[in-house]
Amino acid sequence: MPDREQVLHKVRTALGRRRSRPPDPPPALSLATADLDLEERARLLIDNFPGQCLRAGSPEEGRQYVSDALAGRRGVASDAPFLRTTGITSLPGVASNIRDESTLRQACLEADVGITSADYALADPGALVLLSTSREDRIVSLLPPVHIAVIPAGCILTGIDDLFHALPDPAAVSSSMVIIAGPSRTGDIEMSLVLGVHGPRELHVVVV
Amino acid sequence: MSSSFHERIDVALRDLTLQSSIQSATARFAEGRRDQVEEPTFGEYQQLRTAANQIKRHTLDNLDYYLEQVETKVVEHGGEVIWCYDGDSAVKAILRIAREHGVSLAVKSKSMTSEEVGLNEALEKEGVEPVETDLGEFIMQLSGERPYHIVAPALHKTRAQIAKLFSEKLGIAYDEEPTRLTMAARRVLRDKFQRAEMGISGANFVVAESGAVVLVENEGNIRLTTSLPRVHVALAGIEKIIPRAGDLAVFLKLLGRSASGQRLTSYTSFLSGSRRDGEISGPEKFYLLLLDNGRSRILADHEKRQTLYCIRCGACSNICPVYRRIGGHAYPGAYSGPIGAILTPQFQGAGHEPELPFASSLCGACAEVCPVKIDIPRMLLALRREVKKAETRDRPFHWEKVGFRVWSWVMQRPKLFEQLGFFAQAVLPSSGRGEWLGSLPGPLKAWTGSRDFPPLAPRSFRQLWRARRPRAATLERESVARSEQTTSRSDSAGRRHA
Amino acid sequence: MSQRVSLFVTCLVDQLFPEVGLAMAEVLERLGYETEFREAQTCCGQPAFNSGFVAEARGVARHFLNVFDGAEVIVVPSGSCCSMIRHHFAGLFHKDASSKQATENLAARVYEFSEFLVEVAGIEDVGATFPATATYHDSCHALRDLKLKEQPRRLLRNVRQLELREMELAEECCGFGGTFSVKFEDISADMLDSKIEAILRTGADTVVSIDPSCLMQIRGGLSRRRLPVQTKHLAEILASA
Repeated sequence: MPDREQVLHKVRTALGRRRSRPPDPPPALSLATADLDLEERARLLIDNFPGQCLRAGSPEEGRQYVSDALAGRRGVASDAPFLRTTGITSLPGVASNIRDESTLRQACLEADVGITSADYALADPGALVLLSTSREDRIVSLLPPVHIAVIPAGCILTGIDDLFHALPDPAAVSSSMVIIAGPSRTGDIEMSLVLGVHGPRELHVVVV
Repeated sequence: MSSSFHERIDVALRDLTLQSSIQSATARFAEGRRDQVEEPTFGEYQQLRTAANQIKRHTLDNLDYYLEQVETKVVEHGGEVIWCYDGDSAVKAILRIAREHGVSLAVKSKSMTSEEVGLNEALEKEGVEPVETDLGEFIMQLSGERPYHIVAPALHKTRAQIAKLFSEKLGIAYDEEPTRLTMAARRVLRDKFQRAEMGISGANFVVAESGAVVLVENEGNIRLTTSLPRVHVALAGIEKIIPRAGDLAVFLKLLGRSASGQRLTSYTSFLSGSRRDGEISGPEKFYLLLLDNGRSRILADHEKRQTLYCIRCGACSNICPVYRRIGGHAYPGAYSGPIGAILTPQFQGAGHEPELPFASSLCGACAEVCPVKIDIPRMLLALRREVKKAETRDRPFHWEKVGFRVWSWVMQRPKLFEQLGFFAQAVLPSSGRGEWLGSLPGPLKAWTGSRDFPPLAPRSFRQLWRARRPRAATLERESVARSEQTTSRSDSAGRRHA
Repeated sequence: MSQRVSLFVTCLVDQLFPEVGLAMAEVLERLGYETEFREAQTCCGQPAFNSGFVAEARGVARHFLNVFDGAEVIVVPSGSCCSMIRHHFAGLFHKDASSKQATENLAARVYEFSEFLVEVAGIEDVGATFPATATYHDSCHALRDLKLKEQPRRLLRNVRQLELREMELAEECCGFGGTFSVKFEDISADMLDSKIEAILRTGADTVVSIDPSCLMQIRGGLSRRRLPVQTKHLAEILASA
């Protein structure tokens, strides 16, 4: 018997039936969506974010922050529309608008700073949510040692329940969603915290 | 494993450096967990445990349906599902994929399931270099050891041991500083990530409705493993399924807190299928291996089915007074700690390491912290029954069986019980002044190795009670005589039922 | 009030610590309960049950059911034995509907001693006096199976001249665990070491518990080390005027 039939047969036998039948609905999702206004969500995110935060009053201020953070180092930016409108993709020293895999990977390996936007941010616990697309690739937030995300305040949700309320099936949008809730870290050597073991050691968010 | 269970325990207990490493690491994990779940703003903890338990129960009760749903959805997203009846079939499937794609180097992210099937050895034999990329696993691979703990594989290693290992195996200067050690590993592994043709991951969850695997981590090595190589193979036990993405709202809150005292780990990846049209990076091929390897057998057992609810957070190990003394390598098999003590016998058969379910004081601390409410002590008791059943089938006159038979027989005959008490008072050593005894023969010798034993009371409670209340006691004695008669009657009835 | 309370004096108490049984009877009688001791009682069957010998445990459990048939309320000076009766008896008789019914009726009427005082009698101060600096050890089955954490502590706090000091890791197992204590003597002894260290750090002169088996383990270790710390069952403290 092929493995597929063998596994299914064993599972069905274990469950005391011969063929699958649609189950009763699973226990109701209890997504506790909080009723916070945008201002409260933004404040919570700033309080909770596991990295450096800036509340930028204007796109220019956000752009300036990124420029200061770059401090002349090499940056690579995703092609997210919000980065374009805030003028971040055109900062000096920032490579952007790369659509070819190997070029993008090389740029990310060489860059000191990766700049992205985010589809959502979570206020509590503080986190970024990025869906990989042609304009927001998954490696920009992963390979460079510093990750800066520049996001519109409007994308901030309260928490993880709100995320799955807003996005019941991430697979419908992209092959890859990542929730980033801190810098890359490890405690595998005597429980001492070391940042940047594989991914970025520094995480910044700029809320415009 | 050549040494016996007791020998391995002995080795661990004698190693004082090891003892302090395990104690301090598990204590920190346990404190981190406790601070998180007791946080006043996290009032929903108990409701979440109940919800997680119910979702797991529902999914496993309908596992055949959800497995087929996973398959349909993965295929819709351009991936391929490979069903694996046992570990061997999983290993063969991965080797076949490696050959098809001309793989000579495979990066791996931490997967207890791949430990379970012995994947690395098989890859090496076929000329594929497997590289563990989780720092703790990388250390274990260099030292040729198996993971010591479900979430912290190198928990038992001191920085000095790691520094020595790195200087020998990676050819770098001896340096004990954790940041520099970590960065040395980063450099080695960055190179591997760029060259590897295949990435192998496990799965924390498989979302049926989405055909997605969910992977939870802090280091970022899982993201690299699943983003850079052309091929991504995810190896998941069939019990990892949850119905919907929204169920993660429950499980993610529990997993990070229970495992490492984090509200949410640094990275949670939700991956469905291979790279889609327009996406720049990501694997060109995605394979999901659904592994049975004894799980359907556990599923068939109504009482122990809940073993499959486990989300591998390691909280039970961190709180377990036994794990915290004997460590991960004393346990047989890939899974250590209380969950290992109930999982391994069910995978390997209870007779394989018959002592394992008995290595517990049944204190219940594990069940108290389990985020999905697995009643581990109850599972241990069930396994103990199985072990004894098998043992006495082979040896009907096993001393312990005979001993408990006699004991049971006596305990159903109160007069005999009392007379044996008199007898024991007469023959057992007693200091006479109520002092505790320092050495005893027979089965109690093991007790008096480290503790004194109480002397028998000069007069038992029932004797004292009679002296205290002569009249009531006479009445009682009459009723004993009556119940002796009923006992022998119900005894024969009892045998019929048993 | 003269409710009749049936005492289940566990095998360990009967043979090794009869003073605990007497103390429990004293306290209950002082509170106005009528006590009875059914002499045909022996054991709850836990030693066999925890060792995997279910038929042997079932026989003893059935004997228990017969002995306590008709008892209104049963009080036990042991969290572990109480938990055995309440949580595991029913499973022993899953194929035997009438015994199963009997266990379920019985389980609802069995109480651990401190549980009975606080939850049933509604008493937290029995008027006892016991000059001591005491620390309370949570026995695992009382704490986790019966959810008894505050009840014994409340009773202790109301004892005159007794100062209650919490030890670190009060909820951690003492290492007894029945046959575990001899089958895995080395682990058990190491757990006991930690428990004794925690006790000593409090500076208490008395360790109190509601499980005679934990007290046997702890006192066994204290005695071996010749340490001047006494062990007392809660009933013994509450019985002293």
